[in-house]
Amino acid sequence: MKVEQKQKGKARIPTASIADIVFLLLIFFMTVTVFKTHQGLRIELPAAKATKKIEKKRIIAHIWVDAQNNLNIDDMMVPLTQVAPIMKKKIIENPAIIVSIRADKRSKYGSVARILEELKSASALRVNFSTLTEGG
Amino acid sequence: MWAFKHKKKSHLRKEAEIPTASLGDIVFLLLIFFLVTTSMNPDKGLGLTLPPPGEEVKLTKDDVLSIYINSEGKILIGEEIVVLDKVKKNIKDRLRKNPKLVVSLITDVNARYNSMVDVLDEIKVSFIELRKENPDFKERISLATPVF
Repeated sequence: MKVEQKQKGKARIPTASIADIVFLLLIFFMTVTVFKTHQGLRIELPAAKATKKIEKKRIIAHIWVDAQNNLNIDDMMVPLTQVAPIMKKKIIENPAIIVSIRADKRSKYGSVARILEELKSASALRVNFSTLTEGG
Repeated sequence: MWAFKHKKKSHLRKEAEIPTASLGDIVFLLLIFFLVTTSMNPDKGLGLTLPPPGEEVKLTKDDVLSIYINSEGKILIGEEIVVLDKVKKNIKDRLRKNPKLVVSLITDVNARYNSMVDVLDEIKVSFIELRKENPDFKERISLATPVF
């Protein structure tokens, strides 16, 4: 007994345009990617309901403050007196810079307030207190 | 002359081809690399613009709402002690009465950063909610310089 074979043309998915589609995706990810440049300190951020995204990712400078009130800018432990000179340099490079303060929630407000004073004297006036989104 | 002729003939040569079959694979590899390295958690937080150094704005007492946070995280609005849950309502009521109010946050140096962020958050939320009622509402928040 012979099973009758169906004489159908092979089903084909056109693959010629896959490269184009993938290229588009690639370009999207290439433009969107901002490489993490610094490790920072081990901190636990506070949470806030009014948390907003910073739109311009590329002009952010980070200052880390950990629970022991140590300061860290660009992976360097810095004393408080060094904050203003470093920020002044950054301001010259990019006057629209946003300083994101990533402080541990257990740190003392005093250390953050001192940074704010240093930032004022360096005229880095756009600050952002880094927080997590509360309640999703 | 002969050489020229010869060159002309070479036009008939088979066209040079670049194999493109593996292009997709290469691009895929690059795509996967960028997919993996992209961090999708953007920087976020509570934004604030500091006043320039040396600039002092004279305000009448009626237009300033002082919020104090002491070293234990207790909150004082005006003259009354308020628990964190009631801060928003309190601020909103006061702002409705006087929309020109500048909210001044005065935090003790020994207070925990968390309690300051909590209150700042409540202030921000009250301004956001008031702006829903009236889009012209301006956010006026000032962080007082503590005495070190």
